[in-house]
Amino acid sequence: MNPIPISMLIFYLFAGIAVLSAIMVIASNNPVRGVLFLVVTFIASSGMWMMAQAEFLSLILVLVYVGAVMTLFLFVVMMINIELTSQKRKFSYYLPFGAGIILLLVLMMLIALHPQYFSFGSMPSGVLPKGANTELLGKVLYTNYAYPFIVAGVLLLTAIIAAISLVHRRPRDCKSQQVTEQIKTRRELRVRIVNLPSEKKED
Amino acid sequence: MNFQFPHFSAALPEIFLLSMTCLVLLTELFMKYSRSVVYVLSQVALLGTAILFILGFNNISYTTFNGHLIFDALGSLLGIFICIIACIAFIYAKHYTRDRNIPNEYYILGLFSTLGMLVMVTAQSFLMIYLGLELLSLPLYAMVALQKDSPTATEAAMKYFVMGAIASGMLLYGLSLLYGVSGSLNLPAVASAITTMPEKQHLVLVFALVFVIAGLGFKLAAAPFHMWAPDVYTGAPTAVTAFLASAPKIAALGMAFRLLITALPQIVSQWHELLIILSVLSITIGNVIAIAQSNLKRMLAYSAIAHIGYMLLGLLSGNAQGYSAALFYILVYSIMSVGGFGMIVLLSRRGFEAENIEDFKGLNSRNPWLAFMMMLLMLSMAGVPPTVGFFAKLLVLKAVVQTQMVWLAVFAVLLAIVGAFYYLRVIKTMYFDAPGDPTPIACASDTRLMISINSLALLVLGIFPGALLEVCRVAFGL
Repeated sequence: MNPIPISMLIFYLFAGIAVLSAIMVIASNNPVRGVLFLVVTFIASSGMWMMAQAEFLSLILVLVYVGAVMTLFLFVVMMINIELTSQKRKFSYYLPFGAGIILLLVLMMLIALHPQYFSFGSMPSGVLPKGANTELLGKVLYTNYAYPFIVAGVLLLTAIIAAISLVHRRPRDCKSQQVTEQIKTRRELRVRIVNLPSEKKED
Repeated sequence: MNFQFPHFSAALPEIFLLSMTCLVLLTELFMKYSRSVVYVLSQVALLGTAILFILGFNNISYTTFNGHLIFDALGSLLGIFICIIACIAFIYAKHYTRDRNIPNEYYILGLFSTLGMLVMVTAQSFLMIYLGLELLSLPLYAMVALQKDSPTATEAAMKYFVMGAIASGMLLYGLSLLYGVSGSLNLPAVASAITTMPEKQHLVLVFALVFVIAGLGFKLAAAPFHMWAPDVYTGAPTAVTAFLASAPKIAALGMAFRLLITALPQIVSQWHELLIILSVLSITIGNVIAIAQSNLKRMLAYSAIAHIGYMLLGLLSGNAQGYSAALFYILVYSIMSVGGFGMIVLLSRRGFEAENIEDFKGLNSRNPWLAFMMMLLMLSMAGVPPTVGFFAKLLVLKAVVQTQMVWLAVFAVLLAIVGAFYYLRVIKTMYFDAPGDPTPIACASDTRLMISINSLALLVLGIFPGALLEVCRVAFGL
């Protein structure tokens, strides 16, 4: 029997942590704990990316998601007040249904996914050309992938606009002088001369 | 490194639309209270893009931007109609958004969404399809929630967002499996990689296909992935519903064409069967549940599900005739859909939504012309002969019969008769019931003109369908 290669052990370690912590994200009652488990998931997946020789993506995941996005997210979660008890009841209510679907999916995956494409043999090991990951990405990002890159940029711009338009409220009923309107005014708009029949004073 | 300088002319409409959208964005920022400037500029952007597509329309087909973008007749045709339908939806939205304090971002987000649709229908790689899909959906989620003081709109936006995220996730999972199998993101390269695969490994492909079809089904709102549609259509402000119920459907069919026909033609027999299930379920659920609806927006949502079922009949037939029939159907449907919701917009006023079928009571005595227009829309949706809805149904049924599936055609016709009931009920309400609401209908002349053109187009296209049929054939090289 062949000894299990060390890379496989590391992979299963990271994969196991990723799956377990992902389950805990939705299973934990406390949303703050959920966010922290999500951080663990990200770190574990960054480890797996590192093993697939995608060191740039792996580090970016840690820097951007773990370092910046999730920290912000944690602040947001801490600020909103969520009822804990109602969440728990709903989770156990939907659990049998969800578990059934997951079981079905895993069964189908075991049958359908062919080991030729999705095994350790197909992991990229030593197939990448020489050079750092960052350099290789930089070479294609603005040339071959210029179009997707720009569209992704537009997508981020849209996200900013969508978020601002949902949250921003214009000052309503804000009274201000409109100078041009004031200057353009005419006498007829301001003074009305009314003809009243003169009345006699009654004794 | 093999880098070829891209043909920018192929992406000219997209580039124009993006530049104009940024211009509209800046205009909105610096001329804050001028709604009409933003509106006119948005219309110029859409019409200009449509004109660029029309000028470039020909039979040449080539990919550029390193195989990410394809320029062909199908993409151009879909692009023309997406821009025109978005333009019509904006016209209906003009007064509606002003009266209800919906901010100007409606137009900006709408333009970004249109850009996403164009990117998606001209995509030639998984990456572009996904980016286009997100660029199409993200603004739509926000548009549904734009009416901030309406709790139903917020709820609808939340549902739409969660469902859309699940759909994107499913699609991505399917695409990642396809990438794992074929080793390429490029659609024709995926197709050629599948050709060289041994037959028994097609099981992986079928597994991936299930997820891809599920993602597509969510976007098209085909049963059993339709649950979000009635709630979102009803909860969203009607002007937003008019937009999201029409143009994105064209784009979703474009995505289906690219994914199923360009990338997965080798496993046509597998997706053919999946689409039969989707189609039968959609036609049944859509037509039967629509009967029970008293809310017109909800009824039109279920009718949309049924129409998608009919459109899928053309797609599942798996030949060029069927594809062009599906294309014809979706183009016609988008015209009917934007008109139907436009009519609700037209009859509504500040503080009152004419969204119940009851609100159309005696419309004939209140305003005979609008009642006639609504009758044309309903007849076309039901598929009654002088209108173009008849031709659309006829073509998809013909495509199904030609592939030796007569039972499916008979089933579709039977349920079309069931469907005719609820469309005719609206006509009966308009013409034979006494008016319940004596308020005179006050609508702006441009909206009234647009709804007239929109409805009469269905009649004119029904009498002279030749030109539209011809371009649908050209798009598939027939």
